[in-house]
Amino acid sequence: MIETLEFLIFDNLIYILAIVLGVVLTVAYLTYFERKVIAFMHARMGPNRVGPRGLLQPFADVLKLLTKEIIFPKNANKFLFLIAPIITLATAFAAWAVVPFDDGWVLADINAGLVYVLAMTSLGVYGVIIAGWASNSKYALLGALRSAAQIVSYEIAMGFALVGVLVAAGTLNLSDIVRAQEGGFLNWFWLPLLPLFVIYYISGVAETNRAPFDVAEGESEIVAGFHVEYSGAAFALFFLGEYANMIIISALTALMFLGGWYSPFTGDSWIAQPSIFWFLAKTSIFLYAYFWFRASLPRYRYDQIMRLGWKVFIPITIVWIMVVAVMKVYHIGPWWN
Amino acid sequence: MIISPELFQQIIFYVFATFTIGSAMAVVTVKNTIYSALFLVLCFFNTAVLWLLIEAEFLAITLVLVYVGAVMVLFLFVVMMLDVKQAKASQLKQSYTKAALLIAAAMLVQLLILFAYKLSGEIPSNELVRQEQGYSNVAEVGMTLFTQYVYPFEIAAVILLVAIVAAIMLTMRKREGNKQMDASKQININPAERLRVVSMKAEKATTQAQSKEEES
Amino acid sequence: MFGWSELVPAFPEILVLSMACVVLLVGLFTDKKKGGFIVFLSVITMMFAAILTLKDHVAGVEFTKTVIFNGTFIRDEFGDMLKVVVYLLMISVFFYAKQYLRQHDNLQGEYFALLLFATLGIMVMISGHNFIALYLGLELLALSSYALVAYNRNDLNGNEAAMKYFILGALASGMLLYGMSLIYGAVGTLQINEISQAIAGQNNDMFLVLGLIFVIVGIGFKLGAAPFHMWVPDVYEGAPTATTLFIASAPKIAAFALAVRILGQSLDVLMIHWQSMLATLAIVSIIVGNLFALQQTNLKRLFAYSTISHIGFMLLGLVGGAEGIAASMFYIIVYTIMAVGGFGMIVLLSNKGMEADQIADFKGLNQRSGWYAFLMLLLVASMAGFPPLIGFFSKLYVLKAVIDQGHIILAAVAVIFAVIGAFYYLKIIKVMYFEESETDQAIDASFDVKTVLSINALAQLGLLVLLPVLFQYCIRVTGSL
Repeated sequence: MIETLEFLIFDNLIYILAIVLGVVLTVAYLTYFERKVIAFMHARMGPNRVGPRGLLQPFADVLKLLTKEIIFPKNANKFLFLIAPIITLATAFAAWAVVPFDDGWVLADINAGLVYVLAMTSLGVYGVIIAGWASNSKYALLGALRSAAQIVSYEIAMGFALVGVLVAAGTLNLSDIVRAQEGGFLNWFWLPLLPLFVIYYISGVAETNRAPFDVAEGESEIVAGFHVEYSGAAFALFFLGEYANMIIISALTALMFLGGWYSPFTGDSWIAQPSIFWFLAKTSIFLYAYFWFRASLPRYRYDQIMRLGWKVFIPITIVWIMVVAVMKVYHIGPWWN
Repeated sequence: MIISPELFQQIIFYVFATFTIGSAMAVVTVKNTIYSALFLVLCFFNTAVLWLLIEAEFLAITLVLVYVGAVMVLFLFVVMMLDVKQAKASQLKQSYTKAALLIAAAMLVQLLILFAYKLSGEIPSNELVRQEQGYSNVAEVGMTLFTQYVYPFEIAAVILLVAIVAAIMLTMRKREGNKQMDASKQININPAERLRVVSMKAEKATTQAQSKEEES
Repeated sequence: MFGWSELVPAFPEILVLSMACVVLLVGLFTDKKKGGFIVFLSVITMMFAAILTLKDHVAGVEFTKTVIFNGTFIRDEFGDMLKVVVYLLMISVFFYAKQYLRQHDNLQGEYFALLLFATLGIMVMISGHNFIALYLGLELLALSSYALVAYNRNDLNGNEAAMKYFILGALASGMLLYGMSLIYGAVGTLQINEISQAIAGQNNDMFLVLGLIFVIVGIGFKLGAAPFHMWVPDVYEGAPTATTLFIASAPKIAAFALAVRILGQSLDVLMIHWQSMLATLAIVSIIVGNLFALQQTNLKRLFAYSTISHIGFMLLGLVGGAEGIAASMFYIIVYTIMAVGGFGMIVLLSNKGMEADQIADFKGLNQRSGWYAFLMLLLVASMAGFPPLIGFFSKLYVLKAVIDQGHIILAAVAVIFAVIGAFYYLKIIKVMYFEESETDQAIDASFDVKTVLSINALAQLGLLVLLPVLFQYCIRVTGSL
């Protein structure tokens, strides 16, 4: 009994370390990828100086940020000022605990996984609010208030979209949700839940404060929003948190609507085997879409964001939950046979 | 270093219970409203951990999701918008404090007596109730809610509806001189009413009279 | 799974809920100056609900109690009778509200939707068979009422009243809930019949008594009984008159049902404890209500204090044993009919920008319109308890039940203060008949409102015909609890 407990703790620590390291490395190269993608869309070169093809650029950036001084604004609340980026980062990482990478490859296979993810992603807003308030700066506070209102609004649409998934799969466990989509491309939930799929992803973009929903940062209006006063390592943590959140939103969209680790092909060939690569590939599609949005769409105005969330997304999700329930009751399609 | 799982669990319980009570005390004693709200968040968090310890994972996560993730965010939002002044020490030491302490003490004593005298026979003293593997908390809560308590559940839903209706009824108003845009009006505009396209011959020099006509 | 057949006893509730949502939607497409259709829908809802409720009784089939929704909902004769009274009261409330809101060009669908939601809350309370259901019904009613009080949001008095009502109401709910939780801690169940069985024989358990105290404080707050009456005058005065006449009528019936369900049905074993507490509340209410009413010049405030004294009489009935409960049921039914009529009169005399809520506004009403003066005379005299109006008999039954139980001193105090109270009612009558009118403005109301008001006031005489039947019904339904 004693050994099992210690073994459990040790074992889990290794898993946690593996996930955290993986996410951090992904974030590092995601920034590189982002700059390359946007450069490509702008017909530029992107980073190309540090290392071959600029591949060492992320490390140069990290080194730069870590060696810079953290400046505390006058009259800022030091404790809260420092803890805000940590909260952002911690909540972004915490959600990874229940993400299944492949069948059985999951740190904590809990029953209420879906709710847990929703809870953790909604906690990220604390980092933003606290940062905005503790900075003792008007711009930061404005950014924080915008962000809080936006995140709370879109969380509702997001939650309703997840209710649709819950109805479709009949479980809150993320692994079981993926297993419910076993089969080829057409068996995944993206088709019967198409409106929810779109709404979930767009709400996810809004939740992570990315373009075109980035009024919380809004460079042209409020400089950089909630993190305007941050520099050095503290800023790096915010950056890390934001990108980790993007990855988790993409990963969850892949899990819940695109069948996670299942292959789009059917049959017995090697390409039809379920594997972690499918999961990573699907996640990458959504990550790419993030950058695509950023390069091509102008920023939404604040009232437009609110209108989209409350008057378009929430009614659609409510109606579609009903549709999904009816489809499930009458065993429609390849999904609920 | 030998720690049995039971002891481990007890240690966790006492640590988080202490945090819960400590942060709850801090909520009412700190002077800064923002700190107060943040301590309340901490208190909810610790309560969630205590619930996790009794294997009520769904309730614990829902507590975090609803209270921490939504309710307290709005709380903080309002507190930050209102710019509440810090309470002075003298304000906190008013006569109400004594009365409040007295009432709190009385309630504490009541509860202690209730547990000590009334329920002492019913609390398992040293054994933890463990559910078997695969026991789904979510399913249990759902079953109870939608069979045994379906009627109260529906009424609670109606109460929330009334709250929304009342809140919108009391706050939504059109202010005088509000310059809000009406999207449907904007879309349904007829260009012919706003703009006149004049076809003109190309000319070399424009006279003043012509340029006036263009403007109009 | 629930079959349709299991839902039948709850059809009136389901109807009211659905129609409240319909009214809410229809209200969005209605002009603020019209809105006849909304009122029509609301009234029709109440009529159909009455049909659904009465259907089984009229059919002559042997009526039995039904408990559905896993014991959280009960349908019995007691509940059905109170519900029918509530429907009738609500119909008149709807008409008066239409008159009042049209005067102010502010007739919105939300107002009637909230009234319907409040009615639903009342119905839930009347047929609650579980502490949670009772509490949620109470909250539904209370939340709707807070919003209705704050309806004129540019009116500072209304906002202040809503604020006071909300804070004290929330406090009262907290008390009630704490009491319920203590009782739950002591017996381990929330079902009304199971609590009654569980506590049989242990009427001195300190936790039960402690819970009982909190519950009674909560009920006292909701009823507006002294010394928990502070909110009543301010809310009655500050609220729009249409809301005041609602708060003064149907919710009192709900609070009575709540008291009977909790005290009479579940905590019946503790009767010896709650009877003494209620007797205290009753006597204090009668004294405070009548004495303070003497000072008032504002009619809404005066009626508020008179409500407190009437609530005192109702509570007094609960002290009088089995027959006392029947008497107090009769009393509360009669009182709500009088109250709705009295406030209806204020609505009728008001017009745009002016509320006829001062006693002085009734000066010389006899010259302006003899018929309305007569109606008001009937209502006020009935409230004062002058024979042979029905208000006299309701007081008589309560006093008889109390005396039968041997509480002669209680009855004597009640009678003395009721006589003192008659003075301020007489003042209104004097002003109407023996003083000169200050305005000669014609009283402007639509035909339907006039009819409803006339029926309402004439009921003070007309119900005398039905008096024995009605009281027999009260005895029967309270006996069958």
